[in-house]
Amino acid sequence: MAIFKDKQYLRVDVDRDRDDSLWMKCKSCDELVFKRRVRENNNICPNCGEYFFLTAEERFELLIDEGSFVDISEPITSDDPLAFVDRLPYPDRVKESQAATGLYDAIVIGKAAIGGVPCVLGVMDFRFIGGSMGSVVGEQMCRGMEAAIDSGCPFILVSSSGGARLQEGLFALLQMAKTVAVRERLADARLPFFSIMTYPTSGGVQASIASLGDVIIAERGAMIGFAGRRVIQHTISQDLPDHYQTDAFAFEHGAIDRVVSREEMREELISLLGFFGGSQ
Amino acid sequence: MSDERTLDLLEAKIEELRQLDAADGMDLSSEIAKLETKLEELRLELYANLSDWERVRIARHPKRPYALDYIDEIFEEFYELHGDRIDADDRALVAGLAKLDGRTVVVLGQQKGRSTEENKARYFGMTRPQGYRKARRVLELAERFSFPVVTMIDTPGAYPGLESEEANIGGAIAESLATMARLRVPSVAIVIGEGGSGGALAIGLADRVVMLENAIYTVITPEGAAAILWKDKERVPDAAAALNLTAQHLLELGLIDAVVSEPLGGAQKDFQATAKALKTELNEQLGELQALDVQRLLSDRYARYRAVGRYDRIAASDVEQEDAAIE
Repeated sequence: MAIFKDKQYLRVDVDRDRDDSLWMKCKSCDELVFKRRVRENNNICPNCGEYFFLTAEERFELLIDEGSFVDISEPITSDDPLAFVDRLPYPDRVKESQAATGLYDAIVIGKAAIGGVPCVLGVMDFRFIGGSMGSVVGEQMCRGMEAAIDSGCPFILVSSSGGARLQEGLFALLQMAKTVAVRERLADARLPFFSIMTYPTSGGVQASIASLGDVIIAERGAMIGFAGRRVIQHTISQDLPDHYQTDAFAFEHGAIDRVVSREEMREELISLLGFFGGSQ
Repeated sequence: MSDERTLDLLEAKIEELRQLDAADGMDLSSEIAKLETKLEELRLELYANLSDWERVRIARHPKRPYALDYIDEIFEEFYELHGDRIDADDRALVAGLAKLDGRTVVVLGQQKGRSTEENKARYFGMTRPQGYRKARRVLELAERFSFPVVTMIDTPGAYPGLESEEANIGGAIAESLATMARLRVPSVAIVIGEGGSGGALAIGLADRVVMLENAIYTVITPEGAAAILWKDKERVPDAAAALNLTAQHLLELGLIDAVVSEPLGGAQKDFQATAKALKTELNEQLGELQALDVQRLLSDRYARYRAVGRYDRIAASDVEQEDAAIE
């Protein structure tokens, strides 16, 4: 019986298939589940509780007050400063991801209310080149923080990123410096910044903006860390514990404040925002 | 670079002849001169048109001068400070007070080891969370006493081990970046060898960024890029070229401020000359920065990092077309 399967740590499935069938097979419990039911259940398997990853749009729906969303993302796209070609030219990868997701890049910036409190949110989308941070993601994050400063409201970043956008070379690396510099402005303005880490929050995003939240919350099942398992095994061939870089690992070692389930994240933010109400 | 060995052999041969010349009074000066001309020709041939991958190899050359070599040469005094005040002293990142032409500065330097023993102690120059936390507390010291900051970057990357993750390496890098972003004293970062990703940038968010001619600065190693993007280990030289990781490329891209020349073949060929050129550049950059008041310093630094990135505006008509395509 799948429901009794002893699963120590939650798996988050990022390969959500795009076909049009009504049913899908959960990779965790192998049960056939009705897709609409999965979607209504915040993309959590109704049978075993496995999390399927969320698109930026679905994440907004999950967190914000209905009808409060205003997309303030800038219509910008990477200009391929290195004319980078690996197995594919970089602009082709960008166009492919844009067509598949309908997004400019791996993040959506929106103004919205959460429990009636106006906020600016940046929500990353892992489908777009692994949620990697290049010039566009960095710029959007900064404009999001600036919008929060202009309207005197909190900034919430929901990360889902494999790290820096390799095809933009040092431009991508320097987005870490850029976002951190603007985050300091947000701090000077005494506006709260909540960082929500989801599966996965790693590399350049984890080692910059995402780790600088006034409060850092991990979604249950998140993977959090700087260097991935493969990098470590490749460079220093070290044995790693099973729970390496899980939400539990990050919590145990003091890297984050709390671990919250997907179902409870909205309520969590509403209560957290309540504590900061007086400062605005 | 197998040809480098030929050069080394030739150099040794010339040295041998010189000793014979001096010891035995044999007149070998014409032979020596001939060989020296030959050596120069070979050197030019080998080093004049280095590929980006060959520069990576020079940046990692085992004889390349390291941070402490430059520190000893450039500063009159160096007083090393140890420890992060929490847990440990990371010897892959040295920190301390130094005198630059009589002025006190604070220096941070990523330090590789020369011997296996030393490399074990210094984790091959891979900085751990304790190193970044030491950097942070020494940066705060610099600010308290208005000492300018000089950082020397030379690391394959932050140390990627279990202990690093347990001590929140990502958070430590982020905090180091934040400290440098708000630092109320001038800072100059110099990439002297390998500028390996976030582990390098953590001490690189400076007012001015200078690179030695054969140093590299990159988001990922060419080996890593070849494995991830090309899925082919053989493509390392292509990855090195595609990443635009050399000082000259990064200067042209407007991401760094200056390149300090090295002797043909690399800094190890004439360390004193390289250190001297570096000191001149450092003095120039610091001099310019010290003329600025704190507000100007901070607003210039903010403007520099706020502006970094390249993107194009998407025309409204394109957006509509894309939307249509998606539907």
